[in-house]
Amino acid sequence: MAERAAVVDAPRRARVLPAVVAGTVLVAAVAAPLVASPYVLRVLIMTLYGAYLAQCWNLVGGYAGQFSFGHATFFGIGAYTTALLFARGGLTPWLGMLVGAALAAAAGGVIGALSFRYGLRGPYFGLVTLAFAEVCRIVVTNWRALGGAMGVLVPLRPSLATFQFPEPWAYYYVILAMTAGLTAAAVALERSRLGLFMEAVREDVDAAEALGVDTTRTRLVAMGASAAATALAGTFYVQFFSYIDPHLAFGIDVSVAAILPNIIGGAGTALGPLAGSVLLVPLGEWMRAYLGGYRGVHLMLYGALLVVAIMALPHGLVGAVRRWRGRSR
Amino acid sequence: MSLLAVDGVTRRFGGLVAVDRVSLQVHAGEVVGLIGPNGAGKTTLFHLISGFLRPDAGRVVFAGRDLAGLRPFEICRLGLVRTFQIVRPFAELPVERNVLVGALARGATMREAQRTAQECLAFVGLAGRAQAPARDLTISDQRRLELARALATRPRLLLLDEVMAGLTPREVEGMSELVRQLPARGVTVVWIEHVMRAVMRVCTRVIVLHHGEKIADGPPAQVARDPRVVDAYLGEVALLA
Repeated sequence: MAERAAVVDAPRRARVLPAVVAGTVLVAAVAAPLVASPYVLRVLIMTLYGAYLAQCWNLVGGYAGQFSFGHATFFGIGAYTTALLFARGGLTPWLGMLVGAALAAAAGGVIGALSFRYGLRGPYFGLVTLAFAEVCRIVVTNWRALGGAMGVLVPLRPSLATFQFPEPWAYYYVILAMTAGLTAAAVALERSRLGLFMEAVREDVDAAEALGVDTTRTRLVAMGASAAATALAGTFYVQFFSYIDPHLAFGIDVSVAAILPNIIGGAGTALGPLAGSVLLVPLGEWMRAYLGGYRGVHLMLYGALLVVAIMALPHGLVGAVRRWRGRSR
Repeated sequence: MSLLAVDGVTRRFGGLVAVDRVSLQVHAGEVVGLIGPNGAGKTTLFHLISGFLRPDAGRVVFAGRDLAGLRPFEICRLGLVRTFQIVRPFAELPVERNVLVGALARGATMREAQRTAQECLAFVGLAGRAQAPARDLTISDQRRLELARALATRPRLLLLDEVMAGLTPREVEGMSELVRQLPARGVTVVWIEHVMRAVMRVCTRVIVLHHGEKIADGPPAQVARDPRVVDAYLGEVALLA
């Protein structure tokens, strides 16, 4: 009898518990700048920023299974568009970032349309996206009007209107809102028609097509949305650091940073990018702080830890928890 | 008027003519068996009808509409759906979500789609496994899932590609029974199958392909005695009996 009651209660608990946890985490996150030291606050900002960037990739790479290895393209377009429009034209980054997002979505649409039109899947799609990012990097490096290899320095004029803040906590709340919003969007996506179609495309394109899913359109929408969101990460980056150059914008490091938290946290899950970033960013910071003196050692150790994590958790942290709960049920 | 009319359809791969000027008609309510030795062009014909391949010549008309140039998802939305010879479940998704895809792609609301999915799962006998990941199903259950998913698109014509491959004799019985019930659900069936006993019992008509050509078309008993069919299956005559 008691067992039966537990079974009936399970769905309710399954709904209430996540809401309570999410609420607690959100309150803690909002209160964090009140108690955090400037260093810790900076690590928190970079952690949230990493989670946001990874969630962008997750939309197309995780849910729709299109493994982009070139999200730097969209990041760079967002960063450069905002920076140049502000530095040269005086346009506020709040509008500049929308222009950047639109341009990035268009670029994502073109790359996607070309790839899907010619049936490029899996690693081939990844290589095409990587090639586009590298082309962007090389073109911008050699294009003097865009700042060339020197990059673009954003003139400092702190105010709300210029998306520049004298205090880091303001950046913290901006990136917190961006990350919370995009995570909520991912949760909504999981329950939507589009989200299901994206998962179906990830699992088997032909089977999805045979069941009436417009697989080309589904992938293009995922790509466009992911690209637009990624451009906003570029805007945030350039506002926070007030500087961008071709490597910072279009380099492979950006594409890797967009992917890694997903691999560790769990691609195709709403919380995977956050979990991965919460683990990876502070770990990376800590290793740099304590091992940075020995050149490259912290990177070697970081790499070794990644290999172990990927072998031990092939579906990421969130995937491992899900499987464990599935078994115990 | 026939539900499906295939008219002189040809498809070549390099020098090989995989499907050679095949014409056939399928009428509403039929269960048509499509048989032939390995490499006869049966699956290629399904690819051509369902839009996964374009014919080099000839045309396919479904419910009075020429399917030329349509993509598979568009053909599915017209009410013509196919299954795959090798099961292709959405492995990481729960069984119910697998079936929801078909229902939602045909334009149902989420609520309607859930009802359709439950009904289709109940029909194939998988209602109790709705929340299990598709990868955990046995091969027999994965075939049933494939059928449920296709039915969730509310098809008028269903192309079944070897739904019995890899099944035990008892599982074959269960699947035969399901296929037999399809016309009563308003679903016409064209069925590629190597399990002859099931074909001969369930189908109202049998079409035989050999080297890409249609060599026989008629009631099962008559086709089984056709000398050209017996020749094609030389050494396998016992299978046809």
